[in-house]
Amino acid sequence: MPMPACTAIRNAGRGLLLALLMAAALPALAQQPLHDPRPLAFRDAAEESRFHDLAAQLRCVQCQNQSLADSNAQIAQDLRREVLQLMQQGHDDAQIKQFLVARYGEFVLYQPPLQPGTWLLWGGPLLLLGAGGLVVLGIVRRRGRNVAPAPAGNTDEGDGW
Amino acid sequence: MSESPAPRPSRPLPPVAIVIGVLFFFGLLGLMIYGVMKSGDPQRDVLPSALIDKPAPAFALPVLHDPSMTVRSEELRGAPYLLNVWGSWCAACREEHPVLTRFAESKRVIGYNWKDEPADALHWLETLGNPFMVVLSDVEGRTAIDWGVTAAPETFLVDGSGIVRWKYSGAMTQQVVDEKLIPALQKIEKAQGNADAGLHGNP
Repeated sequence: MPMPACTAIRNAGRGLLLALLMAAALPALAQQPLHDPRPLAFRDAAEESRFHDLAAQLRCVQCQNQSLADSNAQIAQDLRREVLQLMQQGHDDAQIKQFLVARYGEFVLYQPPLQPGTWLLWGGPLLLLGAGGLVVLGIVRRRGRNVAPAPAGNTDEGDGW
Repeated sequence: MSESPAPRPSRPLPPVAIVIGVLFFFGLLGLMIYGVMKSGDPQRDVLPSALIDKPAPAFALPVLHDPSMTVRSEELRGAPYLLNVWGSWCAACREEHPVLTRFAESKRVIGYNWKDEPADALHWLETLGNPFMVVLSDVEGRTAIDWGVTAAPETFLVDGSGIVRWKYSGAMTQQVVDEKLIPALQKIEKAQGNADAGLHGNP
């Protein structure tokens, strides 16, 4: 089960009910893990903007429809801290992405790499476009054949485009 | 696609277009039914672990009950173990607790106490009972990132040579244990048995 922070965002009604039930049943149970309240410490503006660019390209591993930059999930906060730390240790963006992919899989990348496992993902739209083009071509050809006996001027006006 | 334009109403559609249209319709219907069926599945959003069949990440963590002691990942080699990620703040871990307790009666289960106040964790174990052979404490949660943990509870099965063989996200039920965990464990034991036999067979 994902942590309630996420459930509430995704499913506000059920989340609220769940939160109320939990509040009633388990008053002593804190629903969030311990967190470090210190904000991220950037060394300069360039680092901050690089960090935000990078975090926007990474998917939150828990709230999967949010980027790492947007998510308020606990693990996202931890990962942001980790990413900043790696940046400050001098790793480049590709290395940081590789670090996360090795641990969480390619799902963390909003733009997956082009490789045998993802060719359908990248080529799917082109494939569909091609199939649609073939269908249109077939229709046009067939119509051209059917209309051929009529004077050529008429067909042009009829099609309009 | 092809059946929709119907530019000349007088002309009947070719049979091929009708067949394609019907197939397309049923394809979409099937996709919709699949989506609706899957919407109730708690495992719907679970990502496949990137660690399966890879070496378990190295760690060195203090023992919850005695922080002066440290357990290293290498020290756990030799026999399969289950690593359970939990926290006293995690409601689903409480749900999973009886199932884990039953499993731990005969197998090695290591607790990984994730981002938790040690006092709360100890109190939790005292109240519910401690199913773990040893509990490792990670207040900072750095090791969890190496393991690709997203939320508690998560459970990893690591074989005797330190390779991650199976993972489950969310609260395990008895059904998950019987149908997934035990077969995965048996597979490891069988592979281990074969390796041992091979070792002894060749002088």
